[in-house]
Formats: sequence, structure tokens, C-alpha cells
Amino acid sequence: MKLSEQWLREWVDPDVDTLELAEQLTMAGLEVDSIEPCAPVLDGVVVGHLLDKQPHPDADRLSICHVDVGLKESLQIVCGATNVRIGGAYPVATIGTRLPGGLKIKKSKIRGAESFGMMCSTVELGLGESADGLLELDNSAEPGALLSDTLSLDDQVIDLDLTPNRADCFSVLGAARDVAAVNELPFAEPDFVPIAAVNDAVNSITLAAVDACPVFAGRVIRNIDGSIVTPLWMAERLRRSGIRPLSPVVDVTNYVMLELGQPMHAYDLAKLEGALTARMAGPDEQLTLLDGQKIKLADDVLIIADDNAAVALAGIMGGAATAVTDATTDIFLESAYFSPQVIAGRARRFGLHTEASLRFERGVDFTGQVRAIERATQLLLDIVGGEAGPVSEERNTDTLPVRSAVVLRRERLMRLLGIEIPDVTVVAMLTRLGFSVNAQADGWSVTPTPARFDIAIEEDLIEEVVRLYGYDQVPEKFQQSAAILAAQTESRVPLSRVSSLLTDRGYQEVITYSFVDPDQQTILLGDAHDLALANPLSAELSVMRRSLWLGLLQTVSANQKRQQERVRIFEQGVTFALQDNEIVEKECLAGVAWGRLRAEHWDDPKQAADLFDIRSDIEALIALTGASSEFSFIAVEHEALRPGRTARIERDGKFVGWLGELHPRLVRKWNFGQAPILFELETGLALAAQVPVYREISRFPSVRRDLAVIVNDNISADDLLAEVRAAAGELLRDVRVFDVYTGNGIEKGLKSVALGLILQETSSTLTELEIEHVSNTVIDRLSSKFNASIRE
Amino acid sequence: MQDLNESLDELTARAHAEIEGSSDLAALDSVRVAFLGKKGELTSQLKSLGKLSADERPLVGQAINLAKEKLQAALEARKDALEAAALSEQLKADAVDVTLKGRGQTSAGLHPVTRTRQRIEAIFAGAGFAVAHGPEIEDDFHNFTALNVPTDHPARAMHDTFYFEGGHLLRTHTSPVQIRAMQAQGAPIRVIAPGRVYRCDSDMTHTPMFHQVEGLVVDYDVSFANLKATMHQFVEQFFERDMKMRFRPSYFPFTEPSAEMDILSESGKWLEIGGCGMVHPNVLRNVDIDPDVFTGYAFGMGVERLAMLRYGVDDLRLFFDNDLQFLQQFT
Repeated sequence: MKLSEQWLREWVDPDVDTLELAEQLTMAGLEVDSIEPCAPVLDGVVVGHLLDKQPHPDADRLSICHVDVGLKESLQIVCGATNVRIGGAYPVATIGTRLPGGLKIKKSKIRGAESFGMMCSTVELGLGESADGLLELDNSAEPGALLSDTLSLDDQVIDLDLTPNRADCFSVLGAARDVAAVNELPFAEPDFVPIAAVNDAVNSITLAAVDACPVFAGRVIRNIDGSIVTPLWMAERLRRSGIRPLSPVVDVTNYVMLELGQPMHAYDLAKLEGALTARMAGPDEQLTLLDGQKIKLADDVLIIADDNAAVALAGIMGGAATAVTDATTDIFLESAYFSPQVIAGRARRFGLHTEASLRFERGVDFTGQVRAIERATQLLLDIVGGEAGPVSEERNTDTLPVRSAVVLRRERLMRLLGIEIPDVTVVAMLTRLGFSVNAQADGWSVTPTPARFDIAIEEDLIEEVVRLYGYDQVPEKFQQSAAILAAQTESRVPLSRVSSLLTDRGYQEVITYSFVDPDQQTILLGDAHDLALANPLSAELSVMRRSLWLGLLQTVSANQKRQQERVRIFEQGVTFALQDNEIVEKECLAGVAWGRLRAEHWDDPKQAADLFDIRSDIEALIALTGASSEFSFIAVEHEALRPGRTARIERDGKFVGWLGELHPRLVRKWNFGQAPILFELETGLALAAQVPVYREISRFPSVRRDLAVIVNDNISADDLLAEVRAAAGELLRDVRVFDVYTGNGIEKGLKSVALGLILQETSSTLTELEIEHVSNTVIDRLSSKFNASIRE
Repeated sequence: MQDLNESLDELTARAHAEIEGSSDLAALDSVRVAFLGKKGELTSQLKSLGKLSADERPLVGQAINLAKEKLQAALEARKDALEAAALSEQLKADAVDVTLKGRGQTSAGLHPVTRTRQRIEAIFAGAGFAVAHGPEIEDDFHNFTALNVPTDHPARAMHDTFYFEGGHLLRTHTSPVQIRAMQAQGAPIRVIAPGRVYRCDSDMTHTPMFHQVEGLVVDYDVSFANLKATMHQFVEQFFERDMKMRFRPSYFPFTEPSAEMDILSESGKWLEIGGCGMVHPNVLRNVDIDPDVFTGYAFGMGVERLAMLRYGVDDLRLFFDNDLQFLQQFT
């Protein structure tokens, strides 16, 4: 909310400067976003009275004016505005003035006529966004007086960023109340003298939805003067508060809203058909609003209706058909209380965030409706004249909000804040807020004002106390509490360990968005049910990722475009899926390696990373679990990966992830040039760790036996090794494949696999006989299982 | 006798000259063979001792042996010298340019957000805070209702929420993790909840996804004064310097009283780093903790915000562009 400092100081004027005042507001919970001067510097712009006006002999649209600016001689000024009239007062930028737009005023000749200054519009002065001709000043302003003095432009606009609980501060009155409390200044609620009715004109009001609208006050004012424009002082205040002046009636209702916090609405009485009713809309009703938008109403929407139709979206915006125009002579003023529950959410539904809805949905003082009517009447009669009828008010006390006493215990206050505040201070602070405070044995019973909608429980009062006492006055105290030792499990590999391993092996961590482009996701992973956002920011970020790969590949691609020649990245994060109508989130770890195996080097062959380079990284990861033998890599196919170079990773037969080369189709589609190698692990199962169990180490020498077996090409290393392990039994410490050979000397369709068997016994040195036995058993097993022959 | 001795002197001198003159080990060995080999000149002289008289033999023999020893020593010395020279040549030849870069895999780094998150976790772990996690797709209850934000509460407008058909949503903060932690563990409790959060907002200073760390302490006597002390300690540990800090009143539906936390930058500006407050009694009741027995505080901070302040990053969006030139600065 934009607050004019001048206006505020009319209500309460603490002995502090603007910056201190702003600091006070911020520290009282009314955060000051910015402080801006209300107008640009306008030195050299003075009040001028028009003495004479003659048409320019050589230009149809220009006039030659003589303007009294308080000097001995009047100034001759050539002017193109149409709203200049003799006797009027206008701002004059004298020679030497630099206007906010940058224009410097010089003595000039316009079509042969000399001009010694410029008469200005609000736009030229930086005081408005649009203008019809010159700014008309009040005739009472002295010629030659500085415009900044005449318009009191020595003012700051304080922009308050109000939190939703402080509805009461959406007005000069509310802000002033808090400033007074902070500064310990007396503050009296405003009291406006009721305007007596001069006729008995009424427009009756009915409350048909008493929960939604328990108070509705109104007044008819007849015979207003539609030719009058809003006085400059009021237009200026509205402008400084961020509201564009429109017409006197609308401006007055806005002015009262800014001043007292009570939104109001004015109807053209002639356009209303009979009584007004505050009721819920029917399901098929429609309403065209002031902004021209036609909306479809619903039965949870509160409206104001006349005998015919809806005339206003209650508390949000009035209807177009009954709006006040220049031709309006009789008006009906509405000042009601609408329950926050019935306004909240509705403005958002219709995309209408109005000054009125902002206030109603947070809560307005439900005792202030008549006060606002009286204030508005007084202002209207002053400005546009007219005859006021009596104030009518319908009030359903049963459904009005209640301000109940809230108990504040001394002990609770101290315990929650960790400080002691003297009783007198507590009472004084709460009293200054206008709350009624009654002492009790262990504390106080406190009743808040109707303007406050945020005081329902003890803690709310504690916040009020500490807010006024000063958050900065609460000392820092170390807490005394039982030591709670955090768990340090060894049954999982910590994610931090995993990321250290990957970064140490050259993978840079990245973080990509959890939502992706559905089309790209389908291209990569095939068709499946995507979990789609109902309100995405854009199509590219509209479905939840099913795999981390898309984000990683896009990152590779983006870096490739930034001329990176080699990218190794990984990400930790959640993937999302819909399984049996249940949302399933899985913690995953995925990586991509693209480009050379190692960074370009003076003595390193230029070699592309392949599946086995990346597999070693996964093996290193897996080794952290202490259970490498539980993992296996199975040759299968995957939508995104290249057939024949794809492995499904399993742990004890259960799926834990994928490893493979990106499918050539996608390598081409996304212009990678070289195929990226991808992996993804579901960390839930993959990173479960085994606590090490000590096994006796042998003091006897180990023996190595190498066997080269020739088998069919389609026998996997895993199958061979499994049989070796089964056949060799207890004595086998380790077995490794140290060569795989096809080609010369080996029949086509076969391959030679060289196996190194490491044998060891824990209690004795192995004898040649034992070694021979193991070796023969293995050979027999491999020949019978795989028809293997020994390569001599 | 005189003749023989003279020829021995000559022979020795010649041998020494040849030793000194040999330029490599092979040449040196030829010298050795020529003088000391089986048929060497000095060996021949020893062999010819037999021709001398019994009187002369010991004298001449001693002289020859002495000459032989000297020759052998000279050979050794020359050999050492030649070997040293050869080694030195070899080393010179084998010298490499040690300023060239090493071979093999290079290491990379964590994303600055992770790096920051890990530091935050470590700082709080020191005070006994456990790390808690929860789902990123939440239900309305855990994200809002349990946190004292009923439907249509104006505070919901503060959270631009991403929704799914059927009412689920992407969590707008990690506070639901606190709810789940309290439901699971009850009080006393001390946890932090780091993680990704989502808001339907994207501009210069907002990304639709970012990271938060929220913290929660519920215990028998926890006060606002404790909260201030903990947070002040945290910022001083995080920024590794003495730091002026300011708490100012604010509003969150799940805390009362609530505060925004500001730190004073080196240039004298207050910078907002997060929100905090005393846990609202309704929140405690929602998870069956008696607010008359327990009190608590909670806080929340943006990880990107802290990373930006710590490392001088001036554009939030850099964190999700994943430009390696940016990321590699945090290795």
C-alpha cells in the first residue's frame, strides 16, 4: 500500500524524520518496501495566472498568452493547449527550468512569436500518466508561488508491503494507529459529525445472505453537480496513493477507502430498479462489470442485486449498467461489511484483484460503515453539492464477527519470549493499540478492536507485545535442552559419499527442473502416463520427469552449444510416476558422459568414452555398498538406449537401474555427434549398504591358475564366471577375465576368454594336487555347461 | 733388475694414460684386459717372475703387485666416473617437462546449491539437528491445512502453487516435512528439512523450482530468545564472520510470533535471508503435541539466496542454467 507521509502526519505526527519513521514501520511489522518522493524536482515551475490570450497570427492551433507569474511584467508564452482560459491559473515552467522528461525551457520563437516559458500538463510535470491539456490550478494560488509549495509536493510516498494478517493497516487511519502506538502518542479514533438529512430519499436494503453480509449501510444523495472536477488536493492524494483520479464521486469513495479502510461503492440511483439486496448469486446469473468484463456468477458468489438483476460483485467490483457517469445526478452510496470468507478466493477466481477485494478478504472494521458514509457525504457535499437523504443501515448482529476477550498469561508470555516484561509495560502497549485490558491474577484478559482480525489466541497477543516492545530488545539466549544424538546409519551409503565419488571421478553435479517437456519426454522414454501439472508455467515445464535423463541430456546439449567438447555430469533427485493411480516418487541418481574419455591431453590418445568406462564408475559406486556381488548387469533393451549396448542393473534380481549408450536415433535427433553414455540408479535399493563382517585372512600363499576357454560368442562373462565360482568352491578367492579374444585362430562365432583363478586356503598351503583338482573341476564344468574347450 | 723395473714404471705410466684416455666403459674394459687380463702385459710380467732369482723375486713381485693394485684402483675410479657421466647423460636425455599437465581423469565439483546445503546441514548437525526428507508432491493437508493455512486463507496467495488434477500439489515449502517428522517422532524434536520446493513464478528473481532448508525445534522450554541465538550463530558460522542481524515482525500462518531475518551486508544494507517464528499452537495440536507442555521454533531459508550471498552470485537463474563455466567455479 502506498502511503503519503504528509497524509499520515495529518493523523499522527511523531518527532522523527522520514527514514526513522520508515524504520519504525518496518520494525513494527509494516514492512517498508520503498520511499519515493511524490513528485520529481520542479524548481522553476511557478503558478501563473492567465491575463490575456490572443490567437497566433501564423498558427491556427496556437495562442499567444500573457501570464502573470508574480513579476513586474507578465510573460509572453506561446501555448497550444485548448483548455486555457483567461483568469485561470496554470503551472508555468520558467526559462532555465529542466522538466522531468529532460526538456530544458529556453527563450524561443514559435512561428515568429517569442515565448518566455511553457505552461504545463500533469504529464509534462511528471505528476500523471495522461492529461487533457494543462493542469488547472486553484485560482487562489498566488502568482509566482512555487508549484511544489502550492501542491505540497514536499512529500514522500511510503510503500508498505503488508502481510495478510494486517488488514487494519490498509488505510491512513490504521497505519496512524500503529505509528501512534509505537511512538507512545495519544490517538483518538476519528469522529465525523453526522450530516443531517435534508430529504427523506432512501433506497431500501435487504440482507438476504446474513453470514456473507451482516452489515449494509447506504444513503441517497440527490442533485449533485456533474460538471465539477475533483479538487486538486484530493486528486494529488489519490495519485500519491497509486489510484488514478476519475470523477468526483468515484474519487470520494476511493479517498474514504484510503483514509478509513472502508471500501465503498456509488450507484447511479436512476439506473437502479427498486431495493438493493445482498444475496448469493443464482447459478445462471451474469453480470457485466465496470471494466467491461462479463462474468458468469455461481451460488457461492455474493452479489448486490436490485429487483431486476445483479448490479455489483459484492466487495470486488461494481456493475457497468448502474455505474456513475458524468450525467449522473442522484447517487446511492454503499458501505457494507462483507465476510472475508465470502470474498477470499472469489477475486482470484475472476482474475480481479481490486483495492476493495484486497481489504474485504482480509477483513474491514465491521463497525465503520456508517462512519464512512458520513465522511463520504461530507466530502461529496463539499465538492459536488447535492442533498443527502437519511443514512439507512441494515445490521444482523447475530452474524457479525465477535471480538472475544483473549487471556494472556504472564508466565506464557515470559516462557515463549524468554524475557520478562514488566506488567505496566504490557498493559500500556496493549492499551495503546486500543485493546481493552483487564488485569487478572496470572495475567490479563484482552479484547481487541473490531479493526483487528488477527487476534484470536494468546500467541497473537504475545506477538503484539513483542512487536511493540521491539524484536531487537529480546536478548539472544542459548537453549538448555537435552542432547539428542542424530542417527548415523551404516546401512545406507550416504548420498554425500556418492556425490564425492562421482565428482572425484570427474562428474560435475547439475540440478535440473523436475518438470519437463512432455513431447521430449515421450521421444526419449516412449509413451507412458505423464504426471501433468494443472497450471504449468509453460508447455516446456508441464509434466513431471519420469527419468533424470532428459534434463541431463538437455544440459549436455546446452553445454555443447556453448562449445564444451566434453561433458560429464550427474544429478541426484526424484523421478515421478503414476502407478495404479498412486503417485510414486523415486530417489534417483543419474549421470551422462559425452565426448572424450579424458580431457584433451598432450599425451593421451583421443578416445571416446564407452560403456565400460562408465561401467567402472558404477562399479565403484556399487562397491560402496560392500555388496558388489549382489549386483548384476543384464543385457536387455530400453527405449532410449542402443540395442546391444544396454544393461539393466539388478541387485539380487531386483531392478535398480540402467546403463547404456544413447540410441543412435536420438544421437542424430539431438545432434550429439558422439553417443552419450547414460546411467540411472534408484538409490532406495541400490545404496542399501552392508555393515562389514570380518572374515579371517589367510597367512598362506595364494596361487594363480590361468585358463583360456573357447566358448560360443553369445555366452556372457557373467554366465562363465558364475559357473567358475560354483565349480571352484571354497578355495576360490577371486576370478577375473583378463582377456577376451576373437579373430585369427578362433573359429567364427566363438571367442576365447582368458580366466585368472586365484586360489587360497586359510589353514594350509595349497598342494599341486588340490590346485589341479579345482582346475579340472572348473574345466569339466565349463565344457559340460557351455561346450567349452581349452585353448592350448 | 734395473731394466725390468724401469719397464714396469713405463708400463704403469702407459696403462694409467690409457685408463684416463678411455672414453667409455668398453674402451676401459679393453684397457683392463690389455694390462690385467689373462694375457695382459702386467699379468705377463707376474708370470715372468719365475725367471728371476730368488733374491730379486720378492722385491720385483711386490713392485708388480703394487702397480697392479694401483692400476685396479685407477680402473675402478675411471669406471665410476664413466658410469656417473653415462648416468648423467642418460638422465639428461630422459628429462621431461614437468610443467606439462598430468594424465588421467580430472575431478569435478558439486553444484553450488548442494555445496551450500551440505554446509548448512553440517552446521546444524553440530547442534544435534537431524536431517529429514519428505515427498515433493504433497497433499493439501500437509502443505497447508496442518500448517494452519485453511482453504481460501489469504496466505495461500503468498504461495503460487502448482497443482495436479485431483488436488495434489508440488510442495511450496519444506514445512510439510516438519509436519511428517512431528507426526512420526513427536516431541522433543530437532530437525532440519532441506529440499526442492516449487512456486508458480518465474522472472529475474524467481525460478519455478528452488531449494529451502527449514528447521524445527520443539522442546519443553524453547523461547524466541533461543531462536534468535540459534539463528545468529548460524549466520555467523555460515558466513564465517561476525555479523549484525535483525529480526523484524512478519506473518506466517504457522508461526506466532513470526519474524523475517535480515543480515547487514558489508555495504551496510539489510538483506533478507529467511523467515522464522515460534511454532503456532494450532500446528502443534495438528500433530498431537500439547502446546501447553511444549514450545518450539521453526525457521526457513532459501538455499539459493544463501549461496548467492556467500559466493557473490548476482543472478538466481544461473543456478539452473547448468552452464559448466558457472558450475566449475565451485569445484
